Amino acid sequence: MRATGNILFSGVGGQGILLASEITAYSLLAAGFDAKKSEVHGMAQRGGSVTAHLRYGDRVYSPLIEPGRADIQVAFEMMEAVRYLPYLHKDSKVIVNTQRILPPAVATGKTTYPEEVLAHLTVHRIAVVCVDAFDLAREVGEVRTANMVMVGALSVFLPVDPAIYEQVIGTRVPERFREVNLQAFAAGRRASA
Amino acid sequence: MTKISNESIWLSGNEAIALGAFEAGVKVASGYPGTPSTEILENLSRYDGVYTEWAPNEKVGLEVAIGASFAGVRALATMKHVGLNVAADPLFTASYTGVRGGLVVVTADDPEMHSSQNEQDNRNYAFAAKVPMLEPSDPAEAKEFLKLAFALSEQLDTPVLFRITTRIAHVKGVVRKGERETSAVTAGIEKVPGKFVMLPAMARKRRVAVEARMLECRKMAETMDCNRIEKGNTKRGFITSGVSYLYVKEAFPDAAVLKLGMCWPLPEEMIRTFAASVEELFIVEELDPFLELHIKAMGIACHGKDLIPNQGELNTTIVRSAIDPSTSAKLFPAVDLPPRPPNMCPGCPHRGIFYNLSKMKVFVSGDIGCYTLGFLPPLSAMDTTVCMGASVPIAHGMAKALGEGAHDKIVAVIGDSTFIHSGITGLINTVYNDSASTLIILDNSITAMTGQQQNPASGGNIKGEAASAIDLETLCRAIGVKNVFTVNPHDIPGTKKVMKEAVALTEPSVIISRAPCVLLPEMKGKKTVAYFTNQDNCTGCMACIRLGCPAISWTAFAEGEAEIRGYKKSQKGISKIDEILCNACGQCASLCKFKAITRGEEK
Repeated sequence: MRATGNILFSGVGGQGILLASEITAYSLLAAGFDAKKSEVHGMAQRGGSVTAHLRYGDRVYSPLIEPGRADIQVAFEMMEAVRYLPYLHKDSKVIVNTQRILPPAVATGKTTYPEEVLAHLTVHRIAVVCVDAFDLAREVGEVRTANMVMVGALSVFLPVDPAIYEQVIGTRVPERFREVNLQAFAAGRRASA
Repeated sequence: MTKISNESIWLSGNEAIALGAFEAGVKVASGYPGTPSTEILENLSRYDGVYTEWAPNEKVGLEVAIGASFAGVRALATMKHVGLNVAADPLFTASYTGVRGGLVVVTADDPEMHSSQNEQDNRNYAFAAKVPMLEPSDPAEAKEFLKLAFALSEQLDTPVLFRITTRIAHVKGVVRKGERETSAVTAGIEKVPGKFVMLPAMARKRRVAVEARMLECRKMAETMDCNRIEKGNTKRGFITSGVSYLYVKEAFPDAAVLKLGMCWPLPEEMIRTFAASVEELFIVEELDPFLELHIKAMGIACHGKDLIPNQGELNTTIVRSAIDPSTSAKLFPAVDLPPRPPNMCPGCPHRGIFYNLSKMKVFVSGDIGCYTLGFLPPLSAMDTTVCMGASVPIAHGMAKALGEGAHDKIVAVIGDSTFIHSGITGLINTVYNDSASTLIILDNSITAMTGQQQNPASGGNIKGEAASAIDLETLCRAIGVKNVFTVNPHDIPGTKKVMKEAVALTEPSVIISRAPCVLLPEMKGKKTVAYFTNQDNCTGCMACIRLGCPAISWTAFAEGEAEIRGYKKSQKGISKIDEILCNACGQCASLCKFKAITRGEEK
């Protein structure tokens, strides 16, 4: 019996976290794992901080990752890489898109964006993989594929053959965006390999 | 094995319920959008052979389903937990009439209040309305149990309540496709007055039938597959249902478990047998001590809410550490970060109205929708939110309580869909009983918060086909409102003039704020020419910043930076528009007095 793996996705509503977690989940399923994913819709989606919990293994019961048990966190924004610190453990890996999105209190000048925010992770010796997903997406020619760059960066750490991901992307992404998404996926893999 | 294939697919609980309804041969489904229930009807509307619709509210939705059931077809009504309060009236009497075609009511509860104003536990409705309730634990069970619910409904001549929670509705898991069933009931008109006409004399007879049915259901519960004992270590035994079962299985994988798929009525003999077989009995359930109360009433000793919290969601950690406090793990501490609450979108038409309200020093009686976010800073322009439609009567009640001189201090705010849901009757009361409160209807042509559902004023049906659209101005006038104004909320100064005029009136007034939601597909598809900040002209007055638009941000100047950059020495910083995020509503431009905000084409 294989242990259940826990992947926490975090970011800001509207960043494409949903699709990224779906592609990852379908790839795990295609590789023969059971998988459950939990997310929250409604009010939280309006530009707020959002998460998706993805768990995989031989048989997954609970859809929620326990605090202290997320093996990998995929953060789409720097501050959102730190907000869920209690979910991490000493061997967790955090893959972070080095983008800053200003929350309302920062955008309106009430406070400032925290300096060196990722130091809150490294101080606990948590492994941090930085990916400039926005820049890599721009390089492949479509900034909206930043989420697929993150899927690629995550894929390096999961027990799934890259060919399976490519197959899943091929079936889940509309044809005219397929090639650019595959390129974004490959760029993400190179970035964290 | 769980491997996905042609037969096994990966679905959310709500998608699984839609598939279950299709496989159960449901012919008519109605409901009102509400998180976390919305996607059930949305998905079901994509299947062939099922009629689906958005009703104006949950009461109407359930009544439509009752009608379909009386006509002899399988019918489904869906709603969020608080929606069942609205639909409670038909539910309690449909319990007496019973059904012809199977009738199932899905209630999607929201423990933790992810997107709700309370976290009521709707299992209590099954007890109060005297109907069976099924409660699945995951998407696979959700589909199977829904089919079971229809069979049970027809077999026992009763509506069946079907309870899910957020962690079932919005969880994805592997679901196996099944065969499509057909009901044994024949569709057609059948007059059964003794059953369908609940005059007191007939209702008294049906009251007896209700008790007989529940007794039979209780007996069936003893042998139903959805209630099962999972053998294990009997030192500790757990009785649980719904998503809590999953947390028990992870926290105590070796323990004996009695899993209840039907949480009302309860299988008393099964519970007694299980309780006698374990050394210590624990009831693990979210929110109310529903199972616990009824099990204790059987005279069975057990732990429950003495250990397990009665507020918020549970999870594996909460369950484990409530029962074994020594297992609490040491966690990394949370870091104090600027919060990131949800916010109205860039270009949201509501923002302009709330900006004006924030300047008007009025009490804002609010309602349920995206616009409830008008409560948050920097606008902070909402002073009450209770339930769907409450904004209008609350404003009237306050006006009556405060009497003369208060007419210009109270404004009610409601969305188009919420106004139709249950605001219209409140407005009738305001006019009939004559108070001078002002109502603002935020008409963005869609039910936005739940993710873009059509409504009776939007001009489309659930499938997006053209449908009749209510003319809100004419409706308000027909109710008897003499002062009806229509404004473009993106023109902030122009709207302010109208708002001041309406509020000053000594008789009822309605302002219809009309501009489409920026998330509408037709709005998203529009190639907008973004506004941009002409920073040479920016004086740092912060007028645009005070809108709280996510596309506008403030950059503070360092010591002496203003002068070096050629601004007045006293200027504190400058604002900037993110042209990628900007949806070109122009609200900020309508506020800027220094020509610092201009449209791209005017560059």
